Amino acid sequence: MSSVLTQNHFELFSLPQQYAVDSERLDARYRELQRSVHPDRFARAGDQERRISMQQAAQINEAYQVLKDPLRRGRYLLQLRGHSVDDQQRTHQDPAFLMQQIDLRESLDEVRHQADPLGALRALADRISDQYRALETGLGEALDSADADPAEALALVLKMQYFTRLHDEVQTLEADLEDELL
Amino acid sequence: MVLLQISEPGQSTAPHQHRLAAGIDLGTTNSLVASVRSGSADTLPDEQGRHLLPSVVRYLADGAVEVGEVARADAALDPLNTIVSVKRLMGRGVSDLQTLGSVLPYEFVAGESSMPLIHTVAGNRSPVQVSADILAELKRRAERTLGGELSGVVITVPAYFDDAQRQATKDAGKLAGLKVLRLLNEPTAAAVAYGLDRSSDGIIAVYDLGGGTFDISILRLNQGVFEVLATAGDTALGGDDMDRLIAAWLMQETGIQGDPGHAMQRRLLQAACAAKEQLTDRDEVDVFVDLDDGSRRQTRLSRAQLNALIEPLVRKTLAPCRRALRDAGVSAQQIGAVVMVGGSTRVPRVREAVAEFFAREPLVDIDPDKVVAIGAAVQADILVGNKPEDEMLLLDVIPLSLGIETMGGLTEKIVPRNTTIPVARAQEFTTFKDGQTAMALHVVQGERELVDDCRSLARFELRDIPPMAAGAARIRVTFQVDADGLLSVTAQEQTSGAQARIEVKPSYGLTDNEIETMLRDSIEHAQDDVEARRLREQQVEADRVLEALQAALKEDGDRFLSSDERVSVDNAARRLAEARNGDDARAIKRAIEALEAASAAYVDRRMNANIQKAMAGHALDEFK
Repeated sequence: MSSVLTQNHFELFSLPQQYAVDSERLDARYRELQRSVHPDRFARAGDQERRISMQQAAQINEAYQVLKDPLRRGRYLLQLRGHSVDDQQRTHQDPAFLMQQIDLRESLDEVRHQADPLGALRALADRISDQYRALETGLGEALDSADADPAEALALVLKMQYFTRLHDEVQTLEADLEDELL
Repeated sequence: MVLLQISEPGQSTAPHQHRLAAGIDLGTTNSLVASVRSGSADTLPDEQGRHLLPSVVRYLADGAVEVGEVARADAALDPLNTIVSVKRLMGRGVSDLQTLGSVLPYEFVAGESSMPLIHTVAGNRSPVQVSADILAELKRRAERTLGGELSGVVITVPAYFDDAQRQATKDAGKLAGLKVLRLLNEPTAAAVAYGLDRSSDGIIAVYDLGGGTFDISILRLNQGVFEVLATAGDTALGGDDMDRLIAAWLMQETGIQGDPGHAMQRRLLQAACAAKEQLTDRDEVDVFVDLDDGSRRQTRLSRAQLNALIEPLVRKTLAPCRRALRDAGVSAQQIGAVVMVGGSTRVPRVREAVAEFFAREPLVDIDPDKVVAIGAAVQADILVGNKPEDEMLLLDVIPLSLGIETMGGLTEKIVPRNTTIPVARAQEFTTFKDGQTAMALHVVQGERELVDDCRSLARFELRDIPPMAAGAARIRVTFQVDADGLLSVTAQEQTSGAQARIEVKPSYGLTDNEIETMLRDSIEHAQDDVEARRLREQQVEADRVLEALQAALKEDGDRFLSSDERVSVDNAARRLAEARNGDDARAIKRAIEALEAASAAYVDRRMNANIQKAMAGHALDEFK
């Protein structure tokens, strides 16, 4: 019997080891798993059960976060297939992509000077999520198709990382603007 | 005392018994205790029929302690020995008192840890002890009403409480002699109370404005699973602040100048609070203020004036609402229901502002003062095992990011806020000197980049690191946050497998030594005996361990244990049952440890099978 702590995240959730994930099924599995392992189920059990239950619940939470997030799921799948994504690998060969990033960053810097900063920021956020979704679709093809292309998948993962950083900055600015303006 | 019957191994265990459990809302202004009786949860009244217990404790020179209404009545007469709003001091340090000092006019003294002590005629009291006195009163009330000893309780805390504040609350429970099954976030408890009546799945917002704290939580309810998506709030914002604003206005209107003094300040706050409450269903009230010289001043406050006075506070609650929605990734339009919690949500302007913000009328059917205790009682009833088939599950999040201090006073986040708990994250560190055997870690909680802007939780010292060349040791430090939101840290050197020893220095919590002393004091005060209490605690623990083991063995002992293994487990259980009926607390503790060692492999197999079982139906059809 394999232990929870040695199973990979897909095995743990009884999901096929691929990029495409049925999110409703993932959510339902998550609830089922937590229902059976959560420490609240072991409130009166011995210390050992409680300790194991906490480890299992933490592991399931971690796996769920990875499988739910398009970027983390992609990185994880690549890692399972023996292609590790190096965090330090920052240089990008794609000039068009870099131009696009510079353009988006300039728009972000200008938001504060717009007549309607919040409106401008939300429009920018929409642009970012559209492009992120396009990368996500590409990553699905690079990982799940018959002629899977790990090099292409790695490149897409790196691009997605740029976007998540940008997304975080958008959120921070949105919070600041709302606190100032509303 | 009822002695638990221990059945012979292999025989059936005792039939299921109903255990007494309670939910406790330990509030800034008022506290409540609730329990599930005949299938429905309700708050328990005192002998005079009052449900709310004012969270006020008065210490008298002869050592007597008054809790609740009696103490509150004396608050203005004896302000220095009558502690109100102690919840604001839980898990706080001496440096925090500067901001709270104007609210709480006590004489503080420094303790052994950095937790401040309040100087009273009966001696110095820590906020944890004051809270324990409130909890003990609720425990007495529950045990008298329910007619027996409580098996366990659930105590609620603001979702936004940090680790130190949670730990302080748990310590208070322990000091009051309670078995704390879980610290439950107040908004989650409220959602449970409402979720029971409405089986509709969807996204719920819980707006909780109490006496001293504000919380907003966004939850997803799906087939009995309450999943907290995000939480935000302000631990120093509540109805007390409204009272202060009104009191300041009263001083202005009635021409009271300068420092009013402790007693006068209390009277002003009481008048302010009463006026605020009356304006819930009136448009205008007359307010009277008694001066120190016996004369009385009068003024009039309208609801419109009140609304204008408190508007900045009401607006201040909306920023966390926006942040929680953003963190949850949902829009205000997606919220299916808004639940109101806390006495301050009775203020009409608050309801109005919340209705505007979420574009829907908030739910107020359950008394906002009682709803949290009721939800906690439901959870407590399940946790003690009275409803083994119940499917309800509460998945909470950590409200503030956990991080460690790195070079230059910066923080590095280890667990981001709104991560579902329990959670475990590991981080690797190395030594920077040859032969280095110790290392210090500073853990902080908060969202800011500079360590000084975050809240210091604890300093951990890793010791017994095997001496190696600089940079060769790989020390894996695991930060674990349990279902109560409490942090623990373990460390292991990876190349040698050596377990590093960890010394914890909590920044604002009580040291183990202080807890021990307080426990001793409280017991001495109750004319009890430390040893007797310790023995009783170990006996209860032994009963629990034996009961859980017998139930498990009955279910699958044959499946997971060879006959040899079964014999050794049974022997260890028999030895524990014998020790339990003796009077040596330490022997019981050793027997528990021995039984745990004997059954370790069994427990491991069981727990693994449990998780496999959950996914069993899916494995075949979906791996194409």
